[in-house]
Amino acid sequence: MDFITEHKIPLGEWMAIFVDWLTYSAAGFFDSVSYTLESVIMFLVELFKWFPPSVPIVVTALLAWFLHRSISLVVFIVAALLLIMNLGYWEEMLETLVLVLSATTISLLVGVPIGIVAAHKPWLYTILRPILDLMQTIPTFVYLIPTLVLFGLGVVPGLISTIIFAIAAPIRLTYLGVSRVPAELVEAGKAFGASRLKLLLKVELPAAMPNIMAGVTQCIMLSLSMVVIAALVGADGLGKPVVRALNTVNIAQGFEAGLAIVLVAIILDRLCKSPASQSKEG
Amino acid sequence: MSAISIKNLDVLFGFQTAKSLALLDQGASRQEIIDATGDVVGVHDVSLDIKKGEICVLMGLSGSGKSSLLRAINGLNTVTRGSLTIEDGDQPIDLASCDKAALRHLRTNRISMVFQKFALMPWLSVLDNAAFGLEMQGIAKAERRRLAEETLELVGLAEWKDNFPHELSGGMQQRVGLARAFTMDSDVLLMDEPFSALDPLIRTQLQDELLELQRKLNKTIVFVSHDLDEALKLGNKIAIMESGRVIQHGRPEDIVLNPKTEYVREFVAHTNPLNVLCGRSLMTETSELKTQNDKLVLSEYDQSYIEVNHLKQVVSVTRGNKLLPLHRWQEGDNIESLSKDSQVIAPADVSMREGLEIRYRTGLPVLLADEGVLVGVLADNDFYHALLGKHFSYEASA
Repeated sequence: MDFITEHKIPLGEWMAIFVDWLTYSAAGFFDSVSYTLESVIMFLVELFKWFPPSVPIVVTALLAWFLHRSISLVVFIVAALLLIMNLGYWEEMLETLVLVLSATTISLLVGVPIGIVAAHKPWLYTILRPILDLMQTIPTFVYLIPTLVLFGLGVVPGLISTIIFAIAAPIRLTYLGVSRVPAELVEAGKAFGASRLKLLLKVELPAAMPNIMAGVTQCIMLSLSMVVIAALVGADGLGKPVVRALNTVNIAQGFEAGLAIVLVAIILDRLCKSPASQSKEG
Repeated sequence: MSAISIKNLDVLFGFQTAKSLALLDQGASRQEIIDATGDVVGVHDVSLDIKKGEICVLMGLSGSGKSSLLRAINGLNTVTRGSLTIEDGDQPIDLASCDKAALRHLRTNRISMVFQKFALMPWLSVLDNAAFGLEMQGIAKAERRRLAEETLELVGLAEWKDNFPHELSGGMQQRVGLARAFTMDSDVLLMDEPFSALDPLIRTQLQDELLELQRKLNKTIVFVSHDLDEALKLGNKIAIMESGRVIQHGRPEDIVLNPKTEYVREFVAHTNPLNVLCGRSLMTETSELKTQNDKLVLSEYDQSYIEVNHLKQVVSVTRGNKLLPLHRWQEGDNIESLSKDSQVIAPADVSMREGLEIRYRTGLPVLLADEGVLVGVLADNDFYHALLGKHFSYEASA
């Protein structure tokens, strides 16, 4: 068995060489991506911070009312946001929110079209499936290292890692939704002379909407679960106090920051739950 | 003029159709072709002319190819060989060779379809479902809703326009399906077992409504059914299919009276002749009646005789030495008001049900006339023969 241990396959080195080559040959590209994303996120964070806290609270409460018509939800959201403010994590909460929403937006913009194409081309999904499995199972820290090298310290490697982790959900669920549109609805569309585009926009997407919305909610939740890891590479937000608490064994700070993350998660989840799927059950 | 004309049509599903067609021409069976190439033969060598304003029912057991044939008419199934032309102005379109634009033109302007499982869009209101086809045409929302509202009125669902399909019963959902097809104002309507998912009472009701609408709208309808009673009720023509072929195509009566094969005979065996047969196919013809003193003998036992003039028009009917009052009965006239012992002269195409009822009311045989000319007599013997299934000895005159 000595032979096996003596002749190690240099898989790791090959990967390192590949990343080095990327850094070297496409440094300009990665730098500009990093710079653009960082500026956009910074701008959004500054924008949110510019409003007095009462504005986001009222807007969220109104949104909750119009989407779900539930007084208890509105009361809960207002109370939760006030508690976060009271704990002193208002700005961190905004930073986290911007990170989560940016990651979700990018994931959806890329993931939904990929899911739609995959639903129409089974061979593409055959290729995609192992890649998606890989992206969801490979430990986050492993790809945190190359993203750190490529994009430098800060919010962007956190964002990219979040997207890698979260994008599988909208792809899978869009694929699922579109490929499971009842055959008779597609036939009805065709029989009434729908063009391919109309068939997609007027039949397939509306029929797949519940699944796609589930993909959105999942994507948000997965992004939120990456907040602490993103903080490790320098992204601002609620992850930072958690990391700091871990390093200083500060139970009080850890609990409070963790509670704030949970509250944000609950608010986003309740807001995104599709009202349509609830009314259908009734 | 034919609205749809089909010539030597083959529809195959699979990837080696050229090879399968060669096998098919050598007389291979469907199963042999599946084993050899994996292809499924949907329709084989079908030729059919469907006239404008006609309801043509494609009839057969499941797997007989009736749905495959129907779906070829609007291109949901592609034509493998042969031709399938749809009349379109003065330039007929052949589905075997037309391009995508022509196919879309056919689907948006010429042909609409009603589905077995309704296939309504669950996220659209009843009104928007009825307007769905117009939306595909790219017609503005206000206009298409206005048109859809008219057809919803037609099928009696105007009050339900803001509801969603899942809030409606099956029968109502299929009425929305009908409205969606009618809103297109296309001449050809394809109906793929539209009523078979409904319970029997609603089914009968919708069949009646369809006939009523057809009287107003006069579309060319191709209707798939596996229920012979439905086919006989709705169809002007029936095409019976088996293993992808049309084995008999004709008027409902011809099918019932002269089943060509054992397969058709089995279908026909359980039909109720009252609904299908007409007087002409049951009657004893005038030429078969005995004559006595220049009078036709209606019944020797009753001593009743018919006197006809040289044009073979009925002049009088006597029984014993009593002259019977003559009553000329027309389709749609009341039967219950006929008095006993009045001698009825009915049109030759009176239905067997009405013939029997007249016989019951008047207590006398029914005389059948064609434009005034006496052609035959319906007496008890004729009814018994029909009820006992002995009517197929009759040779169709058409």
